[in-house]
Amino acid sequence: MDLTLRVWRQKDRNAAGALVTYPVKGISPDMSFLEMLDVLNEDLLIRGEEPIAFDHDCREGICGMCSLFINGRAHGPEKGTTTCQLHMRHFKDGDTITIEPWRAAAFPVHKDLVVDRSAFDRIQQAGGYISVNTGGVPDANAIPIPKSVADKAFDAATCIQCGACVAACKNASAMLFVSAKVSQLALLPQGKTERKTRVENMVAQMDKEGFGACTNTGACAAECPVGISLENINMLRSEYILAKATSENL
Amino acid sequence: MSWFTKTFSSTIGRKIVMSITGLFLCSFLVVHLIGNLQLLASDGGDAFNVYSAFMGTNKVIRFMELILVLGFVFHIYDAIVLTRRNKSARPIDYAEQRPQENSTWSSRNMGLLGTVILVFLIIHLYNFFVPARFGGLDTVSIDNEVYDNLYAEVIYAFSQWWYVLIYVLSMIALAYHLIHGFQSAFQTLGLDHKKYTPFIQKFGYAFSILVCLGFAAIPLYVFFFF
Repeated sequence: MDLTLRVWRQKDRNAAGALVTYPVKGISPDMSFLEMLDVLNEDLLIRGEEPIAFDHDCREGICGMCSLFINGRAHGPEKGTTTCQLHMRHFKDGDTITIEPWRAAAFPVHKDLVVDRSAFDRIQQAGGYISVNTGGVPDANAIPIPKSVADKAFDAATCIQCGACVAACKNASAMLFVSAKVSQLALLPQGKTERKTRVENMVAQMDKEGFGACTNTGACAAECPVGISLENINMLRSEYILAKATSENL
Repeated sequence: MSWFTKTFSSTIGRKIVMSITGLFLCSFLVVHLIGNLQLLASDGGDAFNVYSAFMGTNKVIRFMELILVLGFVFHIYDAIVLTRRNKSARPIDYAEQRPQENSTWSSRNMGLLGTVILVFLIIHLYNFFVPARFGGLDTVSIDNEVYDNLYAEVIYAFSQWWYVLIYVLSMIALAYHLIHGFQSAFQTLGLDHKKYTPFIQKFGYAFSILVCLGFAAIPLYVFFFF
């Protein structure tokens, strides 16, 4: 396959960026999108040019490192895949592909296609954990949890924090991410102890990082590579309302 | 900031205000539509004029009018605050976007639709509310009592094609605004349940279309058949 890529190039955080056009030739349809970029980068290295910086790690759809806004969609045109799991057979020979970084004030561009997603880490640090102090390990089956609840918590826990929800949202809102983290813990007995303070602090941090508000467009859930559902956002809201109405935090 | 102001200045808190005021404004639409339907009675406008005099003088209605104004003010104010925030949350836009692949047009254009409705609201208040409340209408005698003839004013407005056009287009904008807004308001309040959400969504869709169709039908009927 021969393709034309329009790639966002930006030297560093403070430099102005622009879309640069690169032709790539001889791409196998069995390559992943990232492997296709690897081929281009080798070409660039041979020509003595700076290779394109992009995030990646496990390359098997688990770690949440890869990103990329491809042809106007987060993680490209396929549903339920990360960019590393997107194969070139979903494109046609001769296609022009536009590749941009996630766009959000809270995700500043580090370089080229790499954005700084540490805003998500700070939201997690604000309450996305349970406090387990000392003591022996309790028996795993001592606390009964209904299967449907355990399933919902597990589904929420599959969030890989890639940031596609923010990238796809017209408001750059982080509600789907925050809601997955909040409901994952609020559903389970171990997480209920700190549920009110958790949701208050995580939402406050989310707002502080400069993410937008949620308009219920559903774009986030539609583009989420692991299928986090909008149900979580609604649960986040009921958690928030309950917490604000009844918590002891002034 | 107190916990109260913190809550209602958070992004979720502001949406809660928008959702409650939005649902309240939906209830107002129903009352308004029922009142408007009296325009179609073939009594030369007697029922409508008596009704509008009642709405202008009754103490309870006047109090609710104040609440209604506050409903509009909070809904619009938070919409502006949130839209500005949302715009600054993405200072550099994408060169290429395909939002039609993941969301509905109305859900992405609530601000635009709301602005159209606001412009219509201003025209609408200027035409009917201002003369009805502050004078400038002809009078008519019904059962030996003198009433403002708001009916004649409405029929006159609805006899002009451009006014009917503005009215109908605004009702289409309102319908799209409600199609997203009605069910979205329930989600914003965290009211989501497998059993009830599908009903709320269907009801919201039917509500949006029927209410707006009801409003739009009146000027069309007057224009073509009076």
